[in-house]
Amino acid sequence: MFTPDLLDKSSQLRRKWEDEVKRTVEKHADQKESWTTLSDMDIKRLYGPEDIKDMDFARDIGYPGQFPYLRGNQVTGYRGKYWTFRMFSGMSTAVETNRRWHYLLQAGQTGLSTAFDFPTLMGYDTDSPRAKGECGKCGVAIDTIDDFQDLIQGIPLDKITTSMTINPPASVLWAMYIASAELQGVPLDKIGGTIQNDMLKEFIAQKTFMCPPDPSVKLISDTVEFGTHHVPKWNTISISGYHIREAGSTAVQELAFTLRDGMEYIEDATRRKGLHVDQFAQRLSFFFNAHIDFFEEIAKLRAARRIWARALKERYGAQDPRSLWMRFHTQTAGCSLTAQQPYNNVVRTAIEALAAVLGGTQSLHTNSLDEVFCLPSDSAVQIAIRTQQIIAEETGAANTIDPLAGSYFVESLTNQMEEAAWDYIHKIDDMGGMVKAIERGFPQMELSDAAYKFQRQIDSGEKTMVGINKYVEAEEQVNIPIVDIDESIEEEQLRRLAAVKRSRDSRYVAECLNDVLTVCKKGDNVMPTVIAAVKAHATVQEVCDVYREVYGEYRDPGIY
Amino acid sequence: MANLGERVLAGDIRAASRLIRNLEDGIPDTDLIMKDIFLKTGKSHVIGITGAPGAGKSTLTDELIAAFRKKDRSVGVMAVDPSSPFTGGAILGDRIRMMRHAEDKKVFVRSMASRGNMGGLSKAVGESIHVMDVLGQEVIIVETCGVGQQEVDIINHAHTVIVVLVPGMGDEVQALKAGLMEIADIFVINKADRDGAGKLYKEVLSVIEMSSRNCGGDGWTIPVLMVESVLEPHKFAASVAALGEKIEEHHQYLVANNLIEARIRNKTAAELNEALWASIMQPVLNELNAEGEFEMMVDQLMKRHIDPYTLAREIAGRYMKRSPCGDGSSADQS
Amino acid sequence: MSRKLRVLIAKPGLDGHDRGAKVLARAFRDEGYEVIYTGCHQTPEMIAAVAIQEDVDLVGLSCLSGAHNYLFPQVTRLLKEEGADDIVVMGGGIIPEQDHAALHEAGIAAIFGPGTPLDAITGWINDNVKPRD
Repeated sequence: MFTPDLLDKSSQLRRKWEDEVKRTVEKHADQKESWTTLSDMDIKRLYGPEDIKDMDFARDIGYPGQFPYLRGNQVTGYRGKYWTFRMFSGMSTAVETNRRWHYLLQAGQTGLSTAFDFPTLMGYDTDSPRAKGECGKCGVAIDTIDDFQDLIQGIPLDKITTSMTINPPASVLWAMYIASAELQGVPLDKIGGTIQNDMLKEFIAQKTFMCPPDPSVKLISDTVEFGTHHVPKWNTISISGYHIREAGSTAVQELAFTLRDGMEYIEDATRRKGLHVDQFAQRLSFFFNAHIDFFEEIAKLRAARRIWARALKERYGAQDPRSLWMRFHTQTAGCSLTAQQPYNNVVRTAIEALAAVLGGTQSLHTNSLDEVFCLPSDSAVQIAIRTQQIIAEETGAANTIDPLAGSYFVESLTNQMEEAAWDYIHKIDDMGGMVKAIERGFPQMELSDAAYKFQRQIDSGEKTMVGINKYVEAEEQVNIPIVDIDESIEEEQLRRLAAVKRSRDSRYVAECLNDVLTVCKKGDNVMPTVIAAVKAHATVQEVCDVYREVYGEYRDPGIY
Repeated sequence: MANLGERVLAGDIRAASRLIRNLEDGIPDTDLIMKDIFLKTGKSHVIGITGAPGAGKSTLTDELIAAFRKKDRSVGVMAVDPSSPFTGGAILGDRIRMMRHAEDKKVFVRSMASRGNMGGLSKAVGESIHVMDVLGQEVIIVETCGVGQQEVDIINHAHTVIVVLVPGMGDEVQALKAGLMEIADIFVINKADRDGAGKLYKEVLSVIEMSSRNCGGDGWTIPVLMVESVLEPHKFAASVAALGEKIEEHHQYLVANNLIEARIRNKTAAELNEALWASIMQPVLNELNAEGEFEMMVDQLMKRHIDPYTLAREIAGRYMKRSPCGDGSSADQS
Repeated sequence: MSRKLRVLIAKPGLDGHDRGAKVLARAFRDEGYEVIYTGCHQTPEMIAAVAIQEDVDLVGLSCLSGAHNYLFPQVTRLLKEEGADDIVVMGGGIIPEQDHAALHEAGIAAIFGPGTPLDAITGWINDNVKPRD
């Protein structure tokens, strides 16, 4: 990176500065002995040319839109278009969520994002005994395509992209979207959006699972294959580090496990479906967490882009430059928020959002200050979305592309992140890939250890959380308006489901489900038969029960 | 206390779990309850499962429960996990693998921490088996970890002992030679999809061939069963069902050849030993410890003021004289 | 011999946010308790049955899905039905202040929200929960 002359001069000056530091520290000791990132990476007092001298500008940094895409995929950065302001939402019933969606679109949001309730997420219907008490609590309840139609009422599917946070039953919910588009008369090559559809991180972190890892990945490859041939604008997997981080991982673990998950999906789709990586790599997107350690997060996001580009090119032989782009959505860290002095959460979220923007995110969700208590209220959501608008349009943070490039510190930290991530990736390669690593409990155990260590650091005061272990208000009165989900919606949803079950042609439903069963047993792509089944008003659980029957049920092995 | 015993005999799960707790905690006079229970036991088939940590024993036990339930057998499980030597606490992690049976009234699972005490654990497990037996559990599975003496003592409560091995765990075969060979009735090679399963299978077979038990012992040919990965649920269930069949076959073999008596005799002798220890040694030790005398005697030994043999005779004399059946002659000061 | 505190940590309902439950299980082991963890996705019936079979002194329920108002009282009700209401039940997760009174009424002895230090929880247990005689 630098001429020998410059490095020489720098090391002379550095020695002088170091002497001075030594003298000063003898008189005034530092506030603490070691300074680390949130994830315990050691941070030096100062970074200089020495720290990045081995970098090769063209190889490691370069320009936006050029390999290795450290500085972003888009040649014009945020000048052409800001990131997508995408707020995750979903509550109680489809009708209620639809109302919130129209509110958000009016408030300036440019993409929709759906949260489903837990029965839907786990592939149970509202009338399942397992669903009792959960209906509509953490998102919208969808049992049949009839609910889905209410959800998208008045939303033009050819203009608005929708992200659906759904995993084990992703194929079923996506089938409902596809079927709805067909009913709206929108051609499938015009619809765009994302299904999360990332089961590996569920086994690692979020624990929303249904079938064992291998058939789970098979179902995902079915969607990748179907999307490649029929729904080319759809992002079929949103490979998510967000939940891995929320479950307690370090930044490096989030980065490494997420990217290795992505590699697993590529390997499966090419092996199982015979697809070429360039046929579908552009439809893989990522989802990261923006935590509170500002520079660590920026470095993580920059490193992610570079690792992915290198992996796609070197490991998987992608030829199309667009296959090398890592596209990602970011959400600020829910686990960094506190129930204590909750208005501080606005500040945390703003700083995290700024890190995401400086890291070059393409899409962003900012948490609302009340999310530690309940689903966000309208007014809290408004502050959250305004936070993004202030960053975009007031602060100037989006004026220039990758403004921290070339910083001795940021580049060095980015390199450190990449190196540590590759170490993990290779370790998982040695175990035979991510499915095998999960079967051995490796990533689960890593997370569990990291989460426990962090909690101990908070309890001992080694790490600070304002309002939790420092600057605590003794007699705190929290006055946050709580959004309450009315218990009666469960009954309403049960009535709706019963009505659908009564009015549909149940012989035809059974036939359709039998087709799904046959296809599953043969190992063929499930999508066409699932689309037919949901059109016939088969429920989410009815389809998922077929999956459970054929592939078996995966239960929490509780690795910790 | 008597009430507790009656409740257990009447099939009260809550009383049974409390009684097991008392046995585990070594609560005094629990033997007064157990004496009534003992006479009504001896009906269950007790299966021991052991193997290294991570061998998949709990998952195997879970599927065995399912296999036995399919045949409408009631099942009890005693799952032993190690206590932390530092804090005395324990994470009893076996239960999580068996949660799907939680609502089945005919399945009674109990987790137990090893608590690092000599003898006590094996006694508590043995007595807990009686509690489950009297509750009517037709099959009782005792799951324990490792191959130490304590585990062997525990597993000796079983009629049928299963040793679980997995490919790629290195010194497995060494452990076999070191002792598991003596106790295994059935070997299971778990996670048979893993590399090295075939090799391990052959190694185990050759160890069995060389073993004396195979040639001259009870005549039972020790089988080696492959169990498929749990991640292939259908195959896994089928191979565990086959294991269940083999277990029953072993039981029938023991019964048909009058071998079960020998097994039960060993176990019963061990129980008498444990009961003697509990009613003779334990009270003596308790008293010595309570007065601080034990530690004082250790001090004396350290200074070489006296030897342990003389001390032991002295204490034996002190107690045996008081004992109604002792005549004191064995403890004379000759 | 002395009694050891036996604790069941349980996750009723369908949410998979088990970070807190697992951290607590480890902290309890380090505090010297014997801990059983159910894993995610348990029904109240399963939890009550296990609490009884394992003869625990304390059940800690963790729920972050918002379904606590239904699930927590179900567990205490089932324990009571089995005559096991001497088992202390505490709760944690995202439980709004406004729900606390009703949950206490339903027999949830203590509720710990996000940000509670581990020592505060073990401190409460050491003061309030004793192995039952």
